[in-house]
This record gives sequence, structure tokens and C-alpha cells, in this order.
Amino acid sequence: MEVVVASSIGVLTGCGVYLVLRLRAFPVILGLAMLSYAVNVFLFASGRLAVNMPPVLSKYGEAAYTDPLPQALVLTAIVISFGMTAVLVMVALAAYLEAGNDRVNIDSPANGAADEKAGS
Amino acid sequence: MHWIIAPVLLPALLAPVIGYVMRHDLILARVASMAGAVGLLGIALHLVVMASGGETLVYRLGNWPAPFGIVLVLDRLSAVMVLLTALLAVMVLWHASASGWDRQGRHFHAIFQFQLMGVCGAFLTGDIFNLFVFFEILLIASYGLMIHGGGRERTRAGLQYVVINLAGSTLFLFALGVLYASTGTLNIADLALRLREIPVEEAALVRVAAILLMVVFAVKAAMFPVHFWLPGTYSNAPAPVAAFFAIMTKVGAYSIIRVHNLVFGPGVGATDGLIANWLFPGAVITIAIGALGVMGARQILPLVSFAVVGSMGVLLIAVASFTPEALAAALYYLVHSTFAAAALFLLADLVLHRRGSGALSALPATAQNGLFAALFFGAAIGMAGMPPLSGFLGKLLVLDALRAREVIVWAWTSVLAGSLLTIVGFARAGSVMFWKSTVVAMPTTPPAHPPAGDTPGPVTTAELVPVFAALAMLGALAAFSGPAAGYFEETARQLFDHAGYIDAVLVTGRGE
Repeated sequence: MEVVVASSIGVLTGCGVYLVLRLRAFPVILGLAMLSYAVNVFLFASGRLAVNMPPVLSKYGEAAYTDPLPQALVLTAIVISFGMTAVLVMVALAAYLEAGNDRVNIDSPANGAADEKAGS
Repeated sequence: MHWIIAPVLLPALLAPVIGYVMRHDLILARVASMAGAVGLLGIALHLVVMASGGETLVYRLGNWPAPFGIVLVLDRLSAVMVLLTALLAVMVLWHASASGWDRQGRHFHAIFQFQLMGVCGAFLTGDIFNLFVFFEILLIASYGLMIHGGGRERTRAGLQYVVINLAGSTLFLFALGVLYASTGTLNIADLALRLREIPVEEAALVRVAAILLMVVFAVKAAMFPVHFWLPGTYSNAPAPVAAFFAIMTKVGAYSIIRVHNLVFGPGVGATDGLIANWLFPGAVITIAIGALGVMGARQILPLVSFAVVGSMGVLLIAVASFTPEALAAALYYLVHSTFAAAALFLLADLVLHRRGSGALSALPATAQNGLFAALFFGAAIGMAGMPPLSGFLGKLLVLDALRAREVIVWAWTSVLAGSLLTIVGFARAGSVMFWKSTVVAMPTTPPAHPPAGDTPGPVTTAELVPVFAALAMLGALAAFSGPAAGYFEETARQLFDHAGYIDAVLVTGRGE
């Protein structure tokens, strides 16, 4: 199971980084979504991998349990990344409607000196 | 004792009221927002008084003891950062209301209050996951403020800003996952305690986490390899927002001071010297980039933005040595550079609005050219670090603290050469914009971007108040440099009393 979890985190991260480095808004959004999935699985694994165990201490003492804190962290991270993705989609849409194309970088000559420096 | 949560609660409660109840009445929203900021200022002053005894005060949310529950921690550093935030918020809100920026889009004041909540929370939290959450709150609010008013360039720059910060947030979560996996805690004091017990040979994961966290905070603080977002963002943001963003870079610097001093800092075998080795060269290059950017800027807002990058370099070069003297100097410079950047952005907005173009070229002089020139002169010598304002003393303190053999050459060369280039850049910008403009007869061509609607009248007293207030803060910081430096020395001493912080949070927290 460790191999499956680890390689899925790796593949998701790799795809995410590749997509974020694209210069169009849509692949970048997909890439950030993949990165957030990868980090969620990673956070989940940070409490050690355990199958079929309750996330609470059993009152019968001996029973094994899985760490509940990473699950709480992942819930928070999911909510935040969901909200952030929604904001990102709206900003990207606004940028697309204003500019007429969905390029992320600032490179058109009409943009002036300020943006040349920012994009360089 | 409930005062410690007040800087987070007040804006959090006020923002929805402004957003939902006062959404159709701008005057009401302005009054409420300003009242909130002034209230925050009062609370911050009270917190400074509370913290001035030198104790580390702990507020337990839900009253669970520290490693299990979430705590807010108030010490001198947190208190002074909240005070700085509140002062800046009052100036920026005044400017946004007086200049009508808040009218150019919707919900300015509600988003601004959420931003205040995030910034204050980040300064007060004693839990590193909550630091992440407050970062997200201040970021999501800053996305709204950044694209306030809309427009093609601003939205495009806003998209870049959102993307780079989302990538930074992902890195932050990876770092937290690694830290939790290797220590089993996310409370800052508890982390500091556990990391001291980790043997050096098992510390590989912890070192990864320390570097990842440094990259995350460096993104916020605009340090060299990850500073590229700042000039584009600040130059395209609405000017009052850019002025308030002066505190956002300081959030990154604050986080480095708090986390990397206490958790990974000096005396921790697992990560000994690791951070300073990366932070120092990064800060040197940041100063160089800031200075060269100031020299190369052809517009006023990028000029100020690169000056902010340079000032972050000076701040971080002092932080990087992790000694109490250097940290005290860094804190003095932190407060100074926040007000200097705010003064420049607010003034640049007034000038820009009347010239119709931000280009650093000779255009016909505006009305009140002399007034603008004088104010620009004052703010520029503050930013560049010339006497008599506090920038000079700040840089002097930084240089004085960095006299160790191994750092003195790079630190003094970069700070002094950077200051010289910044002075030249600002002098050139000021003389072209304000002096040469007086000999330009009539416009041969109309300005490239004529201001929309009516031409703005002469600047009113109300619009000038925040600029004067920011400059007055620089003057006051210089005039009362003795008490201020004394306060920051005490603050630095408290920051280096790691055992005191850990004991206060984990055992003897007094919060009820």
C-alpha cells in the first residue's frame, strides 16, 4: 500500500508541476488542483498509513487506532483548496474576458514597461 | 485576558456586517470600516501595554492545554506587529476613502476587514497549522483587493499573483505534513521542544521541512529566487492596496523570525546553520535586485515596488545572522520600511492620478508640483536611508549589528551599494518628474492614458493626511529612536529566550 500511495502522490505532484508551468490559465488551474490533491493525500499519509482502524482511542485500551489529527488537517486543507480553486477560476475567467486570451504570462507590447519587468 | 483574540474577532465580525448590511451605502461602510480600524488600533495599543512587561501571554482557544488545543501567543513582537498593522490600516482606509478608490469596485471595506483579520491572526497564532490558515485568509482577501477595480492589466497581474500564492500554499502544506510526520505536533512551542531532541542523523526530513517553510515564507517576503511576483503585483494593484501590502511582505519576514528562530534556529542541532546559509546569500541578491530595479524602473510604481524588494533584502540580511543585536535592528528597520513603502505608494497614487501617466519622464507640471516634490523627497530619503528620517538609523543599526568577520564584507557592500543605487534612482526619478516638468511648456502630445472622466482637481487636505501621517511616523521613529531601539532590543531578547516561550506556552500559560 505504501508503494501505491507514494507513487500516486509522486505522479500527481509531477503532473501538477508540469501543468502549472504551462502558460495557459486552464492547464495551470488543473495543475494546481492536482497539486492540492497530492498534498491532501500526503497530509493523510503523514499520520502513518493504517487500514480499518478507528480514528479514536478505544475504551478497551489495547485496540490500535489511527491518528485523527491528519484527517482534521486534510479536511481543512480540502475546504481551503476548494475555495481557492473557485477564486482562481473566477479570476482566470475575469482575466480571459478582459484580455481576450487565456495566457498567464504578461508579454504583449501594449502592456508597458511595468509589466515587462514583472514578467522578466 | 480575552483581549488577545480581539484583533482577530473584531474584523471577522465587522466584515460580514459591512458586506451584507452596508453593501448599498458606501458612506456607512466607510464609517464602519474606519471605526473598526481605529478600534483595532486601540486594541493593539492595549496589547502592547500588556506585552510590555516582557511576559509571553498565552490565550487558549477552547481552554485546552497547549499541545492539544490551539493557542494564541502574545509577546512583544506580536504586539508591535499588530500595532503596525492597525496604524497602516487606518492610513490606508483613510486614503482609499478620501481618494475614492473604494468606489471603483464592490466590497472594498468588507474584504479589507477580512484581510486585517488574516494579518492579525498570523501575527498572534502559536500554532503552525493556524499560521497556514491565517495565511490563506489574508491571501484570499488580498486576491479580492488586488483585482479591486478590475481592468485588463490588473486582472492579468492578479491571476499571476493568485497562481504563485496557491503554489506557495501547496508547498506550505507539504512542509507541514513532513513536520507532523517527523515530530507529531504542529504547536510552535512543542515543535521547538521536540526538534531539540531529534538526533542529527535522523533529521533529514526535518531539514527538508525547514527549507520548504523558508521557501514559503520567502515567497511572502519577496526574497531573491521567489520575488518575481512582487513588482508586477504591487505595480498593478490599486495604490492603497499596494500600500497595505507593505505589511504582507512583513508577514513573511515575521514568520521567518518566529518559526526559523524558535523552531529551527540557533541551538537546534538538527538544522543548525542551515537556514542562515541560504537566507544570507538570498538577502544579498535581493538587495542587488531591488537596487538595480530602482535604477532601471521607467514607471513610478515599479520604482517603489523594487525599493520594497530592496528593503526586504536589508531586513532579511539582518534576520539571517540570528543574533539578538541584528534582530533588534531588523525589527526597527521592519517598522520603518513598512511606513516608508506606504508613504511612497500613497503619494505615488496622488501624483499618478494627476499626471495621468506613471512614466518617469518630463510631463507638464501638475498643480501643487512643489508640494508633491517635497513629499516625494521626504519619502524617498526615508526609503533610501538618508538622514534625518528613520531609514538612516535603521540601516545604521543593521550595519552595526553585522560586524562579524564572515558577513561584514558582503553585508556592508550590498547594503551600502544598494543604498547608493537606490538614492541615485530616486533622485533621478524625482528630478525628472518634478523639476524637469516645470520647464516643459505645453504637451506636444496628449498623455498616453488620460484619466477617465473629469480631470482631478488639486489634492485636498484629506487626501494628504495619510501621506503626512506615514512620513510623521518615520520622523517619530527617528526622533524617538532611543526608546524604539530599546523596545526592539527587549523584543529580540525575548525572542531568543526560547525556553521562556516554550515554558509559557506549554506549562504556565496564564490565559483564562
